[in-house]
This record gives sequence, C-alpha cells and structure tokens, in this order.
Amino acid sequence: MAHMTSNWKIMPSFHPEFDLSRCDYENGCRICVGECSFGEISLKPVKGRNGTILYRPWANMSACNACQRCVKMCPHRAIHIVNQPMHTSHGYWTPHHVSNIWRQAGSKGGVLLVGTGATGPQKRYFDHMMFDACQVTNPSIDPLREPMEIRRYLGGKSDHYGGEVGPQLQLEVPIMFGAMSFGAVNLRVQEAEAIATKEVGTYWNTGEGGFHQRLRQYGQNTIVQVASGRFGVSEDYLKSAAAVEIKIGQGAKPGIGGHLPGEKVSEAISQTRMIPEGTDALSPAPHHDIYSIEDLRQLIFAIKEATSYKVPVSVKIAAVNNVAPIASGIARAGADIIAIDGFRGGTGATPLQIRQNTGIPIELAISAADRRLTEEGIRNKVSLVASGGIQSSSDVLKAICLGADAVYVATSVLIALGCGMCQRCFTGRCPYGITTNKPGLAERIDVGEAAEALKNLLHAWGEEIKELMGSMGISAIEAIRGNRDRLRGVGMNSEELSILGIKHAGD
Amino acid sequence: MCGIVGIVNTDGQVIDGTHIREAIRIQRERGNGLGGGFAVYGCYPDNKDKYAFHVMYEGDRNSSVIPVVEDYLASRTNITQSEQIPVYPNERIPKGPYFKRYFLKPIKEFLSPQQTEADYIVDLVMTVNKMEGVFVVSSGKNLGVFKGVGYPEDIADYFGIQDYSGYMWVAHNRFPTNTPGWWGGAHPFTILDKTVVHNGEITSYGTNLRWLQMYGYYCMLQTDTEVISYIFDKLTRKDGLSDEDACYVMAPSLWEEIDRTNDKKKRYLRQIYGPAIVNGPFGIVLTHKDGAIVLNDRNKLRPVVCARSGNTYYASSEECSIRLLSPEVESLWSPRGGEPVIIEMQKETDQGTA
Repeated sequence: MAHMTSNWKIMPSFHPEFDLSRCDYENGCRICVGECSFGEISLKPVKGRNGTILYRPWANMSACNACQRCVKMCPHRAIHIVNQPMHTSHGYWTPHHVSNIWRQAGSKGGVLLVGTGATGPQKRYFDHMMFDACQVTNPSIDPLREPMEIRRYLGGKSDHYGGEVGPQLQLEVPIMFGAMSFGAVNLRVQEAEAIATKEVGTYWNTGEGGFHQRLRQYGQNTIVQVASGRFGVSEDYLKSAAAVEIKIGQGAKPGIGGHLPGEKVSEAISQTRMIPEGTDALSPAPHHDIYSIEDLRQLIFAIKEATSYKVPVSVKIAAVNNVAPIASGIARAGADIIAIDGFRGGTGATPLQIRQNTGIPIELAISAADRRLTEEGIRNKVSLVASGGIQSSSDVLKAICLGADAVYVATSVLIALGCGMCQRCFTGRCPYGITTNKPGLAERIDVGEAAEALKNLLHAWGEEIKELMGSMGISAIEAIRGNRDRLRGVGMNSEELSILGIKHAGD
Repeated sequence: MCGIVGIVNTDGQVIDGTHIREAIRIQRERGNGLGGGFAVYGCYPDNKDKYAFHVMYEGDRNSSVIPVVEDYLASRTNITQSEQIPVYPNERIPKGPYFKRYFLKPIKEFLSPQQTEADYIVDLVMTVNKMEGVFVVSSGKNLGVFKGVGYPEDIADYFGIQDYSGYMWVAHNRFPTNTPGWWGGAHPFTILDKTVVHNGEITSYGTNLRWLQMYGYYCMLQTDTEVISYIFDKLTRKDGLSDEDACYVMAPSLWEEIDRTNDKKKRYLRQIYGPAIVNGPFGIVLTHKDGAIVLNDRNKLRPVVCARSGNTYYASSEECSIRLLSPEVESLWSPRGGEPVIIEMQKETDQGTA
C-alpha cells in the first residue's frame, strides 16, 4: 500500500475511483497500474474469499492529472475520474489562485510550469464571428457536385504581370502542422506528422529540436526551424527541407526562451540537436544575433544564400500588440512567409504566468497584420500563416477570412493522437506517449495508426472547409482570403469590429 | 437577376439607340424598375479626341457642389465644352438628378513623370467621386453612359437615347439585390473607355476590394460591377495583360487542369493574381474602345447567349433580345463557364488613344 503524506500545501484535484463489482483484480488484471504514467494507481492487498491475498487497484490521491488513460484502457470499464471539489466559498480567491500559492509555498519557491496553451477566460473571437451564407440572390455551391478548390501557395509573389514568383510551398489543404520539436514530442509523433503531410500534400514543422536523419526522406514536406538555440542547424539541415523558419517567438511564451531539461536529452536527441547527451538544451529569449529588424534581415539572407534561394524563408513571431508594423518590417526584411502565433498557442512547457497573461488573440493579430500589409501595398510579398488555438475547420476558415493564407495547427495534432489535455507535457510522462521519450511510454504511439489519424483530421477539416465555402458561394479559396465581407460579428463592440474589419451581424 | 444586352459592329458602322432600347425592353421580366442604363461608343465623333465626362449632380442646377467640381476640373484640365445633358421628363420618370457633360483634355504639364494620361484622368474621376453629391457617370473618349432609376426603356426615353448613334451599345436592366437603387448605382459602370454591365452577385467582393485598394482604386459605389471594372482596368491597362489573360485571371481554370497540362503561364497568373479571382454567379459584358468581352463565372451560374450576324456580334442574357434584333442570326451559342468570348474591332476605331 502506498503511503500518503499529510501536507496542507498539496491539494489533489482528481483521483480515480474503482468500481470493484466490475474490476477484474481477482483474476490478476493490473492494466490500470501499468497504464498510469504519473504513479497515481498502486495495488492494495486485500483478503480473498479463501484466505488468499489479492491485490486491488488503489488511488494514491496524490498524482492524478485526469488524463483519463486508465479510464479508457480499462477493459472492464471499472474506472472513472472524480474531480475533487475544493471547498472555498470565496468568490475572489478562487481554487486556481489558492492552490497555485500553496504549490509555490511548498515547492522551494519555484516558477509554476504548465504545458499546452492559455486557459484563461479571454474572449474567443472565433466564437463571436459568423459566416454569411448565400440565399436566393446568389446560389450556394454544392461541393459534392461542383469543383471546390482549397489549394494554397505560400511564399512571396510579385503583384504584377512579369514579376517574379519566389519559391512556393504548395498546400492541398490550407493547414500545416505547427512546430513541435523532437524532445518536446518523440520521433514517432514526428514520423506520423511527416507521413500524413506527405500523403495529403502539406507540411509539418520540426520545431527547434533539429531534424532526425531517419525523417529526412520526408524533407519535401518538412519545414525546419532555426531558433535562438540553433539546435541541429547545419548547412545540410537547412538544405534538407522545403522551407526554413526562423523562430522569433511563440504564442504560449512570447518574449521568453525554452528549456529542455538534461534528463530528457537522450542519445538520439543529443545527436539531432547537436548537443552533448544529458545537458540542458537552453533556447535564449532573444536570438543573440538578432537585436533589431536589420539583424533579422541578415539572418534571412544568410539562410537564403545557404539554400541558394530555392526555398521560402518564414519568420514566426508571437502575436503582440505591435504585430502589424512588425509584420511589415519582416516582409520588407525579405521573409517569404510570416507565421503569427496567438496567445492560445500550445507548448510543452511554459511558465504559467507567461502563458496566461502575455500576448494577444490570433484573430486580432492576423487581421491587423493583413490590413497593414495591404495598406502598404506589400501583401503579395509575403504569405501569412495564423496559429494559436485553432480548434476546428471553421476557425481555419475564419482566420483565412481575416487575412491568413493558411494556418498551423499543433494542439489539434496532439489531440488527434489521443491527448486528453491534462497539461502535464513538461513532466515527460505523457500517458499517451506523445510528449515523452521514455521507453515504454513513447511506444504507445503506433506510427501507422497515428499517421492515419492525422490524415483523417486533415481530410475531415478540408471537407468541412469546402462545405463552408460552398454555403458562401465560394469555389476557390483565394476568393475568401481577407474577405471580411463574408464574416459578421455577434456580441462585439465597435472597436473590436473595427480591428477585425468586420461588420456586426444584421448590418 | 438582371438583364444585359450588347451589340458590336466590328466594321464600325453606327446604329441609333432605338434598337438597343427594344432589345432590353423585352427583357423587362429581368428587372424591377430600380435601374436601367445604356453605354454607347462612337457617339461624339466631333469631340473624339477629348475625354467626355458625364457628371451627375444630386439636386438641381443650383447644387452647391457644381462650382466646386467645375473649378477643380478647370484647374486640372482644359474644358473645351460644357453643357447640360438634354433630358425629357415624362410620366414614368418625372424627375432626376442634374446631368452635365464636359469635353476636356488634361493639362500635360501637370502629369507627373510616372503618370500616364489615363492615370491622370482616373485620378480626376476618383477625386470627384470622393466629393459629396456628385458622381462621374462616364469619362471615356467618344463614349457616353446614360443611366438612372427606372425601367431601361423609360430611362432611354428620359435621355432621348434614339438621338445617339454608335458602333457599340450595351444596355442593362437592373434588379438590385445588394445595394439600393440610386441613379449613380445603375449600370453600366465605366472608367475611361471601359464599361461593364453585369448580372450577378460576386462573393469574392471583399477580397477583390482589398486587392484593388493596394493600387489606389477607390470603390465608392460598393457594387460588384465597379469592382469588376477596376480589376479589368488594373490587369489590362496597368499590368498590360491581354483581354484573354485578364479574363483568365477573373475565372481561372482548375488547379487540376493546370497540373495536368503543366501550363506554366496559367499557374503563374493564378498565383500572382489570386486575390483578383471573381467568385459567385456572374455574366458580364465588358466593352472597351476596341471591342467587347463576354464572360461567365466558372460554374455558369448566370445565363449569357452570344450570336453573330455578319460583322455584328450580340451578347444577351436571353435569346429573345437577339432574335428581335436579328431574326436571321447566323450563329448563336451559349459560352461555357469561364470561357471568354472576345470580339475585336476590325478597323481602327474613332476613339483616339484613351
């Protein structure tokens, strides 16, 4: 039996409950114990009918994260998770704040770390925008009967006949998989992303953790990142992919760097990142060679030189208030693609306070950037990619209406692979085998199945986008990019409407 | 729903306005009395080297904006002739705005080095259109537009269309669905020598509008027709595309077909002019001094019929108009969606170089 320590500073939030009338412990079933990667479930000896000692599952009441792994894997449907209510009647000091302070008081004064994107109550503008549809005066288009085109090309393009079209990414769906590094996720996850994007005809992003040799066969569908830590960056690396992305910032942690703890830096990760095994992989907050826009320009052109101007160069920034002039500067600095990541964007690890309180919503950021580039007459020079909290195909299309050429999704990728949003990615103990490289856990991802799931997701969203376009009487996706006319706000004030560039519903 | 009719004689022989009046009249079903209009090419042979500005003033001859506009035009151009456009109020249209026409030439010294004469004239039109209570109805050489709120045959009588003659005519019968019926918002819509009549409702409006704004086009009317005219102007006049390529940009082939044929030019055009694609149902007749273009949306969601009789070409929303104009028409066909019909004048027209 596991022993619990009494400590008022630790407040268990969840625990499993076992229905022993269904549980098969008497026959020695211990599946839940093996499935729980957080150490919440142990075995408690009980006396059997004829005096034998049997072991039944037992909740330790200390480590459950409500990941639901045990619930789903129990063959007898004998488990459910209970949310332990925290009894505070105070309307201002909510359980969230109280337990955070308890945790810090009990943790040697550490910074609170969390995974995934922001959970706060800020307005989700996507939910306050509705598509306009065709009725009578213009016919809607049935995507099952008429061709419906959702292909996008990303990269710089001239705006007049005779001008040059730079190197382009060709997307058969306007959705790419956002950056998730080897280290943050394991190689099986990346391989599934690579296979799915190759088969569907879109791109995945290595993140800043290098590009493992085993996956380089998928280079034509890969975007490699150059981040402040420069992990894995070499001439071969830059040349191995369809595009190179300079990562300046990330929506989940604008203005701060990253940290992969040494214990996660295994042999494979060390080789891929080109750092010694077991050392911490630290990404500084700024690039130490980029302290201004002109420095960024030098890096963009250094990469273009290294890749002989054959691949587009993207610059990824976190969505901040000044995003419009920054985007203009990046476009003029020579980038071919600008990826803007809203504050809802996910991460493997970020300080709680940064995740919850820094950055701006992607809806506002993409609209502001698109408008500024249009006003300055340089919209054709760059493509815009929106990301950060895209939850569905309608979010994708709304982002496109607000000016995005395509989107990155990453949290949705994880969910498609089984993630249940327990937000413990930074522990390296992901029960679904996604954000972990631990032997025994990582194998929970079956590459073939995972690739199939991701293809299904891309296909499903693509079909939904076609349906939405059809209802609006649009047959080619380029006719909807920046087309704010087809969106209407519901429950927004005039300032919000003006930033988004849309009218209120009924107007 | 709207009705359109176009007539072009590629030899440049002129016909008077009675024919087009009848041709659009029998499509009365397609309108609702909230807009009708005509464009005629070759109507001012005596002033063919000057820009003919048809200007509509809201209110009457005492409108305070008239001197403002006239002072502005006088400061930027040489106005050789200025007159009221004759109108014939009748029972059905007892009253309308005040119309004047000016024949003018730009003052060459005022052109900036990068500016062509056409750019200069477009700037004038945009500036005037931004003023309250005034609208430039047409601005091309040897060309006039007459339009207003009413059924087209009544508008024809109001302006005495039968008194004008030209080698190319277009007419429009409006059933407004997205913008209210007002005199300036009736079709045809025109800029310089390019005129558009349109039946449809484009769903790509917002995208097209923003693209045009990058190049200084100010869309004051907020109509689809205006957007289509400007797209065509930008593509052909500013960027030098052929009519065929401009049509291709507005209604391109499917990527699937571009992939199959590996047509580099088509891929290129669709890539750089993505925001100029026109979606939604449309049938348009676009005319310019050297000919006419007929184009349908890619899905053929609006009717357009074309026909030829000798060197006279016709385009119409309905076959009845063509049968009325030319009972023994030689050939008559319905163009496929996205496939333009391009009609070119056989001889140099009397239009100067606008």
